[in-house]
Amino acid sequence: MIAVVTIVIARQRNLFAVVILFGIYSFLMATVLVALDAVDVAMTEAAVGAGISTILFLSALHLGKGIEMKPLHKPFLPLVVALATGAVLAYGTLGLPAFSDPEAPIHQHVAKRYIEDGARETGVPNIVTAVLASYRGYDTLGEVTVVFTAGIGVIALLRRLRSREKGRKP
Amino acid sequence: MNVAVHLSYWITILIAISGLYILIARGNLVKKLVGLAIFQTSVYLLYIAPGKLIGGTAPIVADKFAVYSNPLPHVLILTAIVVGVATLALGLALVVRIKEAYGSIEEDEILEQDQSALGPPPEKKK
Amino acid sequence: MKDYLVLRVIAKLMIAFMVVFALYVQFHGDFGPGGGFQAGVITAAAIVFYAIIFGLPAARKVVPDRLAETMVAAGVLLYAGVGFAGLVLGGNYLDYFVLGADPVDGQHRGIFWIELGVLISVAGVMLKTFYMFAGRDDGGGK
Repeated sequence: MIAVVTIVIARQRNLFAVVILFGIYSFLMATVLVALDAVDVAMTEAAVGAGISTILFLSALHLGKGIEMKPLHKPFLPLVVALATGAVLAYGTLGLPAFSDPEAPIHQHVAKRYIEDGARETGVPNIVTAVLASYRGYDTLGEVTVVFTAGIGVIALLRRLRSREKGRKP
Repeated sequence: MNVAVHLSYWITILIAISGLYILIARGNLVKKLVGLAIFQTSVYLLYIAPGKLIGGTAPIVADKFAVYSNPLPHVLILTAIVVGVATLALGLALVVRIKEAYGSIEEDEILEQDQSALGPPPEKKK
Repeated sequence: MKDYLVLRVIAKLMIAFMVVFALYVQFHGDFGPGGGFQAGVITAAAIVFYAIIFGLPAARKVVPDRLAETMVAAGVLLYAGVGFAGLVLGGNYLDYFVLGADPVDGQHRGIFWIELGVLISVAGVMLKTFYMFAGRDDGGGK
């Protein structure tokens, strides 16, 4: 189903439809993530992808035209590039561990310690929050700074017109 | 060789190349951003799928469960999702400014306006 | 859109529910899925919903531009401040063990305050971005 939605997004030329389809895609992705036991991530993806992203896209589209132009040249080369990249990646995945393999390296080392000691050391049953806020709290500080920088960037980019409307800048 | 074992990776690659294709093949700036967002979600899948253990449960400690799926990728991807939406907000702000400066959000029209503003390219000196 | 009675009634019900749900997700993040980021995004979505139904000037009265801009910075300051509190009380930067009498208690306090900082910052950024996009009047826009 996700593949169908993606292909329709590629071919659809009405931009509002593309934004709504992207919201549908985000919800499908959130469902897949729940099936993969990633409940925190699914909630964030649903809230961010289907909520805020749709709002931002619609607000940006509100300020312009809603229809995409017809492409001038046939997209042969990009198609070849995309397929070649996919083929190389698929060849690379043959060496990766099998799906849901308990002996895979990803489950050894640090993850074991977090699962076993996390709830006891921090007193928080949700291991993801414990790791995010306590064991790797420094990284979360960096992430909040990134969000802050994006906010500053948006303010800096879009501020001029408002003061021009008030007649202060020519 | 068992094909089904790697199926999750191939689905991820499928979504990634469709996102990549939308990003490079379409000229409309907003659609490019949608393609970029799709590519980002495929990367989330790439990290979370290997963390799942069949028979495990979400990584919230409770007495009834013994096997948990790996929480480490969840942490990384949570950060990645938020950074992705921050990037999207900045990208859309740029698109709004471009629309005001050039009057269009189609890549071809913008390139035309740039090239006609710069004049014909200077003669190459041999 | 505030002339449509059905939309107004539904909006009033839903916005209250959304804000309460955002607070629930924030504080229950220790025991179930959730945490600062999800709660911040849901809060911003609730206020955006209010702005869509009742108009941008009404939303600007409830959450003025200055407040949104202050939230953006205050969240980061709160987070960094918790780190400094760890320094002042004798531990490392962002060390939670020294924040309370009992180390696990200190962990709870530290996590509570930084999740609050994350909530404030994320909600502020999302809301401010929406204000800047929607408040920009382009003359020829749709």
